Amino acid sequence: MLLFIVFAPLITALFVLLGAPARMTALLGSVATTVVTLIAFFRYDIAQGGFQFVSAWPISEGWRLQFLLGADGLSLVMLFLAALVLLCAVWFTPPVEKSERLFYACLLFIASGAIGAFASLDLFFFYAFHELALIPTFLLIGIWGSGNRFAAAWKVTIYLALGSFVLLLGLILLYRSVPADLRSFDLRQLQAVAASGGISAHAQNQIFFLLLIGFGVLVSLFPFHTWAPEAYASAPAPAAMLHAGVLKKFGLYGLLRIGLPLLPEGARHWSWLLILLLLGNIIYVGLVTLAQKRLDWMLGYSSVMHMGYIFLGIASANLLGTSGAALLMFAHGLSIALLFALAGEIRRRTGTLVLSDLGGLGKIMPFAGFAFGIATFATIGLPGFANFAGEVLIFFGAFKTGADWRGFHIFQIATLLALWGVVISAVYMLRAYRSIFMGESAARWRALPDLSRTLRLPVVLLVTTTLIVGFFPNTALRVLRPTFSRPVAAK
Amino acid sequence: MISPLPWIVLLLPLISAFIIILATRSLPISSAFVSVAAVLGSFAGSCVLFFQQTNSAPSISWIDLGPIFSVPLSLTLDPLSRSMLIMVTGVGAVIHIYSLGYMQSDDGKSRYFAGLSLFMFAMIGIVLANNFVMMFIFWELVGFSSYLLIGHWFERAAAAEAAKKAFITNRVGDFGFMLGILMVWTATGSLVFADTAAAMAKFTGHPGFLTAAALLVFCGAVGKSAQFPLHVWLPDAMEGPTPVSALIHAATMVAAGVYMLVRVGFLVGASPDALIVIAWIGTITAVLAALVAMQQNDIKRILAYSTLSQLGYMVMAVGLASGEAAMFHLFTHAAFKALLFLGAGSIIFTLHHEQNIWRMGGLWKRLPVTCLTFLVGTLALIGFPGLSGFFSKDAILVLAYEHSAPIFVLAAFTALLTAFYMTRLFVVVFLGNERSEDARHGRESPAVMSIPLLILSIPAALGGFSFFAGRFLILPNEQQVVATVPIIAVVAMLGGVIAAILLYRGKTNEPLDLALFRNRFYIDEFYTFLIDWTQGLLASISAFVDRWILDGAAVRGASGATWGTGFLLRLLQVGNLQAYGFLFGLGIIGLIYFTVFH
Repeated sequence: MLLFIVFAPLITALFVLLGAPARMTALLGSVATTVVTLIAFFRYDIAQGGFQFVSAWPISEGWRLQFLLGADGLSLVMLFLAALVLLCAVWFTPPVEKSERLFYACLLFIASGAIGAFASLDLFFFYAFHELALIPTFLLIGIWGSGNRFAAAWKVTIYLALGSFVLLLGLILLYRSVPADLRSFDLRQLQAVAASGGISAHAQNQIFFLLLIGFGVLVSLFPFHTWAPEAYASAPAPAAMLHAGVLKKFGLYGLLRIGLPLLPEGARHWSWLLILLLLGNIIYVGLVTLAQKRLDWMLGYSSVMHMGYIFLGIASANLLGTSGAALLMFAHGLSIALLFALAGEIRRRTGTLVLSDLGGLGKIMPFAGFAFGIATFATIGLPGFANFAGEVLIFFGAFKTGADWRGFHIFQIATLLALWGVVISAVYMLRAYRSIFMGESAARWRALPDLSRTLRLPVVLLVTTTLIVGFFPNTALRVLRPTFSRPVAAK
Repeated sequence: MISPLPWIVLLLPLISAFIIILATRSLPISSAFVSVAAVLGSFAGSCVLFFQQTNSAPSISWIDLGPIFSVPLSLTLDPLSRSMLIMVTGVGAVIHIYSLGYMQSDDGKSRYFAGLSLFMFAMIGIVLANNFVMMFIFWELVGFSSYLLIGHWFERAAAAEAAKKAFITNRVGDFGFMLGILMVWTATGSLVFADTAAAMAKFTGHPGFLTAAALLVFCGAVGKSAQFPLHVWLPDAMEGPTPVSALIHAATMVAAGVYMLVRVGFLVGASPDALIVIAWIGTITAVLAALVAMQQNDIKRILAYSTLSQLGYMVMAVGLASGEAAMFHLFTHAAFKALLFLGAGSIIFTLHHEQNIWRMGGLWKRLPVTCLTFLVGTLALIGFPGLSGFFSKDAILVLAYEHSAPIFVLAAFTALLTAFYMTRLFVVVFLGNERSEDARHGRESPAVMSIPLLILSIPAALGGFSFFAGRFLILPNEQQVVATVPIIAVVAMLGGVIAAILLYRGKTNEPLDLALFRNRFYIDEFYTFLIDWTQGLLASISAFVDRWILDGAAVRGASGATWGTGFLLRLLQVGNLQAYGFLFGLGIIGLIYFTVFH
């Protein structure tokens, strides 16, 4: 089943490039992928836990390298996210003037990169699949982007490539830190070695630092975040949806999959650094978001800010924090995808995303206003949406870490500041909503059409998913629990 | 007995909201009736629960992560919640019916009733919540529906701004609330109210921690119940339709803060320091709001500040360690304040949305039912002997008298001010001569709006008597401190009434000029200044640093440095054979040196 999920977008992309009707093929491929991921999600055996749906193709005996696919709860949640956001991104793609086939193929390649990474149990292919997604991003921004698109495309590609390079260094060191006869690219094998203490604390510290920086750059961890806002502002909406919604989560997934389970000592050693940096994301970048005057820049910075919360869950390294992180990764992917999709629609109609130019669109485009309102309140963590469930778990998990009567220590202070971030995000999101959709409308906007009937469907899909997981977080949590119950860093 | 009825009571309004959003959005009259039917159903269910004394309901798990952490969705059914449920659904039902008339020609009727239903769901959730996280969930949802309803006429800039302000101010309170919840959970290991109450012993030896946790939880109430310093959103919330002001910003949502404090009375009551702070914040709010109300000219603003002031009384009672007195006043206030707001709505509706009291006048003959019921509400509010407000306010004044002289003096002074500004309101609006064309065209409202007024005047008038109130509440101890307190209260009331009649009888514009009060102590302006110069400044600085330093210097600098290095290295590619030969030779010498001599 995983084979289908991983290769469907790839094969669809090939068909598209070879001449099949681009939009229709891409849609069909995405729908198929989404349906199968959902089936896999429900067929996961919770009692058994661990990696299921495993399929292996040995490639090198000497290096113990195989094309190995498998998924546990965390992977399945991320796979579903990737498939659903791909479907919505394809659906929201407006008519493309130049090289339409290449556009859809790029979207599909990005998604298959993410999906392949989430489904890989082999370190080599885990890394390789992610790299697959870098060039299509470059093309999407460079060719079909807007604004300062060439510079943005170069910047994001080189910056992320450098981050990947640091990550590669870390992964190589990880491979080599295991005694030679036990070396393998197989994640399960590495987990067994790590559990029996096969990786020394010193090695863990070094490797985790590299992984933290490497993955961090890919997730726009402060201070390596400046690639994100410009990239998202210049990218066409579907590309921003896929990148901010799915691809960025690769780094967080990596920390949860490789960093915490294999290098618990290293994680503990560097938790103070991670906390400092994530507070940079939440408070500093939160403030920067407040100062933005354009919607696309604001959304870009806001997505950087919310990564801070997920990092906080990871830093706490306990069941609550990591479950919350996984849940928030999923929820944030959905809400940011919706926000970028709607921003793209607004720009197509009005030609501007400057907040002060817009206004009163709620009366003119009621459905768009309704959808943007839902996405706004989901993003700022209103209960009922999945984001709140994730955030609440993160707050409880982080606050509990190292808590004692004597007062507030680093984790408690971090939680306090993260909570203040909730106020900051409410301020900028509501301000944006008020500027765009409320108040008087300028005469030139009066005749704008609302969201077309066909586009309402992906909106409904995204909103319904986030509402279901928000009302019933246990649907996701029961599948995530086996992954995070294994003592991660026993706090 | 276990009964699914509490869940039905809770979910009916939510189902109504979904039906309206999904199905009847373009059928406003159907939406209205779905909403009214749902709330009436909830009210009927609440009555059944009350009389049957149902005390438990099935529970669902919201988050289940095993013994370490789980959040159930369980409903608390004790005398307090059963009574509160009747009040909330009862007043809610009356106001829903009133809205049928008030909003009849509004474009966004479906949206309005969906918001109203969503609010009822969230408010019932707060009443029935049995643990901190569940209460927090519904707490935020109530803030969300308040945002929707305040911003109902969102094309108006004032309404849009007011909605935003309300939500964000509440969020600040929620920040404190959540932090307090985290502290309580870390200390006691439990989220369920009953379990936490039983585990209070874990706090012994850590009074500072306990006080901090209690005050942070109180923060939530400061936001929701609009206490100083987070009171600024409530007067602006008057931008919403008047029935919304009656339901949310008088009777129920703002009361939720007080209700929550009574629910977690075991927490705040365990910390004497916290209680003192709470009592004083309540007192300050009560006095401040009353002073400001004296000089307001918009009928809804006067009532809004009056609400702030009465909420201050309730919080004061909590701080004086009597949840009973606070709840008593909460109930009587819900009745008479809703009555007053609906009466104001009646006037606004028929006077074509005129809200300035100086353009009203002489309405006693044109809106007799409204005038009479408004009089009942006013007398109840100012504590006229025999009416509900007299008994509940007296209970609080007795508490103050027993515990703290300065608080008692301020509370009595506020009672005088309350009588003053309400009499001013009544005299200017209803007596004298009509001062505008709109006033001359005033007519009594249709029955669908007048009948709710009559219904509400019954509990407003009789709600204080123990035969009535005692059925719903545990009344505070009737031990009277001689007759001192009621006498002082009546004297203060009469003083205020007489002063107002003398000052305002027959006047056509405001004779008193107290700029400090009229401008609400300039607190809003101060906050704007503060926010611009801290958050705004920090944001601008951060954005600058990000654009020019982090991105400009570091990132572009790095790329510039790479480019520069490449440029320099290119200089080596001179294309000159002798140069290459020379460098080659140098390289060989270096290689020999390093391999042989190191």
